[in-house]
Amino acid sequence: MEFKKAFTIILTCMLAAPAYADKIKGEEQAVLTDAPEVPPPIKRKHATKVIVNLETKEVKMRLADGVDYTFWTFGGKVPGKFIRVREGDMVEFHLHNHPSSKLPHNIDLHAVTGPGGGAEGSFTAPGHSSTFSFKALNPGLYVYHCAVAPVGMHVANGMYGLILVEPKAGLPRVDREFYIMQSEFYTKGKYGAPGLQPFDMVKAVEEKADYVVFNGSVGALVGDKALKAKVGDKVRLFVGNGGPNLISSFHVIGEIFDKVYIEGGKLVNENVQTTLVPAGGSAIVDFKLDTTGTYILVDHSIFRAFNKGALGMLQVAGEEDKKVYSGKTDDRIYLPEGGVIQDMGEPAPQVIPAKNIEERIARGKRIYETSCFACHQADGNGLAGAFPPLAKSDYLNDKKKTISAVIHGLEGPIKVNGKDYNSVMPAQVLSDEEVANVLSYVYASWGNKKTNVTPAEVKSVRASGKVK
Amino acid sequence: MKHLGIQLKMLMLAIGMLFVTSAWAQKVIPVPKGSFQMPALLDKEPRKVQAFMMDQHPVTNAEYLKFVRENPEWRKSRVKKIFTDKNYLEYWQSDLNFGPLAKSQSPVVQVSWYAARAFCESVGKRLATIDEWEYAAQFPFKDKSDMKTVILEWYGANTEWPLPLVMKRSPNTLGIYDLHGVIWEWVEDFNSSMVTGESRSDVALDRNLFCGGGAANAADPSDYAAFMRFAFRSSLQAKYTVRNLGFRCVQDKESR
Repeated sequence: MEFKKAFTIILTCMLAAPAYADKIKGEEQAVLTDAPEVPPPIKRKHATKVIVNLETKEVKMRLADGVDYTFWTFGGKVPGKFIRVREGDMVEFHLHNHPSSKLPHNIDLHAVTGPGGGAEGSFTAPGHSSTFSFKALNPGLYVYHCAVAPVGMHVANGMYGLILVEPKAGLPRVDREFYIMQSEFYTKGKYGAPGLQPFDMVKAVEEKADYVVFNGSVGALVGDKALKAKVGDKVRLFVGNGGPNLISSFHVIGEIFDKVYIEGGKLVNENVQTTLVPAGGSAIVDFKLDTTGTYILVDHSIFRAFNKGALGMLQVAGEEDKKVYSGKTDDRIYLPEGGVIQDMGEPAPQVIPAKNIEERIARGKRIYETSCFACHQADGNGLAGAFPPLAKSDYLNDKKKTISAVIHGLEGPIKVNGKDYNSVMPAQVLSDEEVANVLSYVYASWGNKKTNVTPAEVKSVRASGKVK
Repeated sequence: MKHLGIQLKMLMLAIGMLFVTSAWAQKVIPVPKGSFQMPALLDKEPRKVQAFMMDQHPVTNAEYLKFVRENPEWRKSRVKKIFTDKNYLEYWQSDLNFGPLAKSQSPVVQVSWYAARAFCESVGKRLATIDEWEYAAQFPFKDKSDMKTVILEWYGANTEWPLPLVMKRSPNTLGIYDLHGVIWEWVEDFNSSMVTGESRSDVALDRNLFCGGGAANAADPSDYAAFMRFAFRSSLQAKYTVRNLGFRCVQDKESR
């Protein structure tokens, strides 16, 4: 019956708009990719029947280090598979809901012309499959998402992805294409709280996101997983925003977008610094890489980038061009703060005490990676002239001074390993337990003296005030 | 005090029922008549529900095994294709053996609506209506757990397998177990939202179930749990079987 409905819609479209009635020649299976990969450009010069098989699946995966979440997915990952078709194609869509799913799912593709965008025709109980088809009438980059009630929760749990309907003439050729999708997560525990975190409905309704991320988790596009390109490459980013609530101010630190296909449509703007990507919307951005370095992708609603996870990296290899940019290419100016709220005199949050030193160090590592690494760097070496090193650092010889720096903050001139620094470190809002954890980690790392720091020591320094 | 009195009366009724129902059947719990606000609908009129008796827990694998022993036409190998999809009792090893992938006291799942109905008929009962089921499901947990939290956490977790045993969690204040947090349950009129009957409520339901107007039409837009049940029910067809969908039976109060 659903098929019949979809068929009627398509038939009506074809009869009413004969201009769109491209001749369908042959058929093919759609190539589907996980982010950040994008299926290859379409070279075909005619419309065809494209068969898409997509599976909805509920899976437990990493949201951040030490934090898991039960994601609801299109294809087992967040965001869902990237679909690429050509304007005029007839798309035959098969949605399979995995038998282990707890809930029915469907798909609303914004590329579909017809009631519900396919939602009604694809409404599928666990362990079943649905088929519907549609004609790709309008070229553009479109979001798809699950639209089963309550829609907000299905989207909040990860059910979104992108479908590109390439214009008949194709998009201008580039050297590399990437798929990036921003979204938020609302969890019972605050940012970084360990363990399997359930969805928090109240926070979602109030739009108070704990995590804002690219490609489904904190750090999905950093370090080894950073996007990679070479100087001289023309790069295209297919950027989507799954929401469920927030609008993205998408920005690449150190790059200017040569072209932006605004909202994923036909209108092109040039020389853009930051482009808005609405929830349930997209943008295509093109730029040429003129020099080397690491370019940081952020939501320029900037606390989301440095405190909630909306940060990715594009590493550009090749010849540095001093004419384009003469100086250092690191991003320190945008990383003055860590991932915890920095403030003075607020009560510290409660945590469960670590059972042993191994657990203390493991937990400390997580805190370091959210709160400290931005300035002191992942390798503990800091940044010359700005942020002193923690690796083999003689400042750490005085345990009380070290504890004080974390809990009371530090400013003014200091000498570390013979070099002068004159900067500001804000006091960190961390509990005694958390401070003990992170400092034990620091002392256990990078050739330091493996000194243990206990919550009691932190408490005593907290009580006696700033150590000069 | 008065509350205690009502509970005592119910207890006595329950004991009475034990004597009149057939010897093997599970305990049935009286649900007093009353009215309630259907959670997911903008139907401001409270719905009236007559008193009825509801199974204490979902039908288990052990109970279902007894049923297929006595009713061979519902065995895995013999069931008619029009009454179930091909995954009927998929996890059962054979016609008369549900192990080792399931436990005897876990709810039976992967049964179609036809099968669930046939089971209930075979013991002189029937499936609950949506109204009856939703009404019974609104009584709070005896241990005062927050119902929304329990339900949302269940939705947010992977399906446990093998399924947990019945009656291992707090019952509701009536003494009925496992209405939330273990499985989905078939109801008699699960498909009423898809069938064109009473057009006004069809329209309301349709809007609730799909994108868009849902929140505008809902009695309580934050009642996600109820939305999910309605969405789940309307994704079903009578021959469908699902890995976390089982059933329990009810009977009219006056029937005996």
